Amino acid sequence: MKRTNVMLLFVVVMMTLLPLVLPSLKGSEFAGADGQAQAMITTIDSNYQPWFEPLWEPPGGETETLLFALQAALGAGFLGYYIGLKRGAAQQDKGRKHHETD
Amino acid sequence: MHIMEGFLPPLHAAAWGAASVPFLIMGSRRIKRILKEHPETRLLLGASAAFSFVLSALKLPSVTGSSSHPTGTGLGALLFGPSVMAVLGAIVLLFQALLLAHGGLSTLGANLFAMGVAGPYVAYGVHRLMTRLGSKGSIAIFSATALGCLATYVVTAIQLGLAFPDPVGGSAGSILTFLSIFALTQIPLAITEGVLTVMVMNFLLEYSRDELNDLKRFSKRSKREVTA
Repeated sequence: MKRTNVMLLFVVVMMTLLPLVLPSLKGSEFAGADGQAQAMITTIDSNYQPWFEPLWEPPGGETETLLFALQAALGAGFLGYYIGLKRGAAQQDKGRKHHETD
Repeated sequence: MHIMEGFLPPLHAAAWGAASVPFLIMGSRRIKRILKEHPETRLLLGASAAFSFVLSALKLPSVTGSSSHPTGTGLGALLFGPSVMAVLGAIVLLFQALLLAHGGLSTLGANLFAMGVAGPYVAYGVHRLMTRLGSKGSIAIFSATALGCLATYVVTAIQLGLAFPDPVGGSAGSILTFLSIFALTQIPLAITEGVLTVMVMNFLLEYSRDELNDLKRFSKRSKREVTA
């Protein structure tokens, strides 16, 4: 499992880095697809007015980054907790079995 | 795939909301039953939500020169059943709508249908089909969750195409335009999501056997009840 996952992680890293180093994409800002879709809406229907506003918006890019990082950290934190817990339990089981056979 | 606040006409927003509600109800009933019958799976349920939390926060660069994020909903769909992801997806989308102004309350129904319903059901369906056809393990998991991720973005493109038909090409033309923005960008990210899901599954198969067996027994039992 460990070796397969290390190899798979390598694939993920490569997939993510590839666009950043592709010569054909040099100078690209990698703008969000959501934003592009929003721009497309106004191109198709220039009269469209959003009829509802967000109740609250992050005051700026920095706070938005903070909140996105928080979202990722909450998820990754819980996943890490789960993985650690399971591995610890498995190790304890192994230790106990080892002890019994002694 | 987040349609921004106010960017779907009220009628469309309401219709997608109505379409999502039954799945929310089904999902919360299923969660209640799973937690009652197998309370030891609750941490794994949390881990499935956490996986979607992380993945939908990561805006990854794509070979199209734009960025988008995976959804992370395939994992929970395969483990707990697709309807459960409507509930977990709603939590993720609410967090992003309220705190990040990413997506929105008026578009919550549409975004939920794409991310919490269409993606998970496609992932679940592809996985069932492939295992029935004899494909085993990682290949089925990878294909199912990658296609589920892609399906979410295809549905978003359809939603926007229906709401904003092109003056010349109509809805079909518009859907193609939005597909060119969303679907192409998403292909490499869907592959990334598939690989990451396989990695988590590899871990679970080694360390969470008991929970996986519980969940397997649970879904066999509930299927029998439906057909009975």
